[in-house]
Amino acid sequence: MTAEHVLFFVFGAVSLIGAISVISFRHPIYSALSLIVTFFAQAGLFVLLGAHFVAAVQVIVYAGAIMVLFLFVIMLLNLGTLSAKSALKGKLKGLAVVLGVLLAIQGVYIAMTAGTNTALESAQASTEAVTTYKIGELLFSKYLLPFEVTSLILLAALIGVIVLVKRENQTEN
Amino acid sequence: MLSLEYYLVLSALLFTIGVLGVLIRRNAIIIFMCIELMLNAANLAFVAISRSLRHAEGQLFVFFVMAVAAAEVAIGLAIIVSVFKHKETINVDEVNSLKG
Repeated sequence: MTAEHVLFFVFGAVSLIGAISVISFRHPIYSALSLIVTFFAQAGLFVLLGAHFVAAVQVIVYAGAIMVLFLFVIMLLNLGTLSAKSALKGKLKGLAVVLGVLLAIQGVYIAMTAGTNTALESAQASTEAVTTYKIGELLFSKYLLPFEVTSLILLAALIGVIVLVKRENQTEN
Repeated sequence: MLSLEYYLVLSALLFTIGVLGVLIRRNAIIIFMCIELMLNAANLAFVAISRSLRHAEGQLFVFFVMAVAAAEVAIGLAIIVSVFKHKETINVDEVNSLKG
């Protein structure tokens, strides 16, 4: 049992507990806070995997920007009192849980057998470690076009949000 | 070095919890959080396989997934806010005006 094992199980357990809390708390604020815990635990897992850049972006973008947006909307709409009867009816909920457990079994089975997958092993593995320098180099050479398209997506999202909010104002006037 | 399977199993479990949340919760904001959970599980699998193959591409795709997630959250929350203004609720069972 190495230190890596211990850290993996600690971070893994924290992220699983956080994820279960997200779907079991009644109040959306508690769900959002649990989701932040999960994101931090996953950032720890990314560090364990040697992906320091991804870990930093995870904390800054997910735990920082995106979750602040969630909390802002929850508080703006004052949702605590509204979501009291948010659970699904008995029979459908049971069916959903059964389907979810089935999906978990399938997913775990596929993940366990992935190591013996020949396609994954025959994919040629380079010898050098992945560094932030290498990611940046790839991002601005081989993947320059997808990178630019990403900026278009963000621009479209920006314009979409403005249009959604603006139409609201015009109907009120 | 921890083997790949540990990370893939954890990723599968996190993804399933996300799916389960979408299925059993009716609050639109919590459904959105569960979608974030699923995207994060996919990110974990990407990074784990990136380390296992020593390819930088896996970490690059995480970057793109994060950009799409940010755009999705911005649009989704704007839609939730405008639905709330019209309907005074964000329970997805009560927002059924388009149902035939």
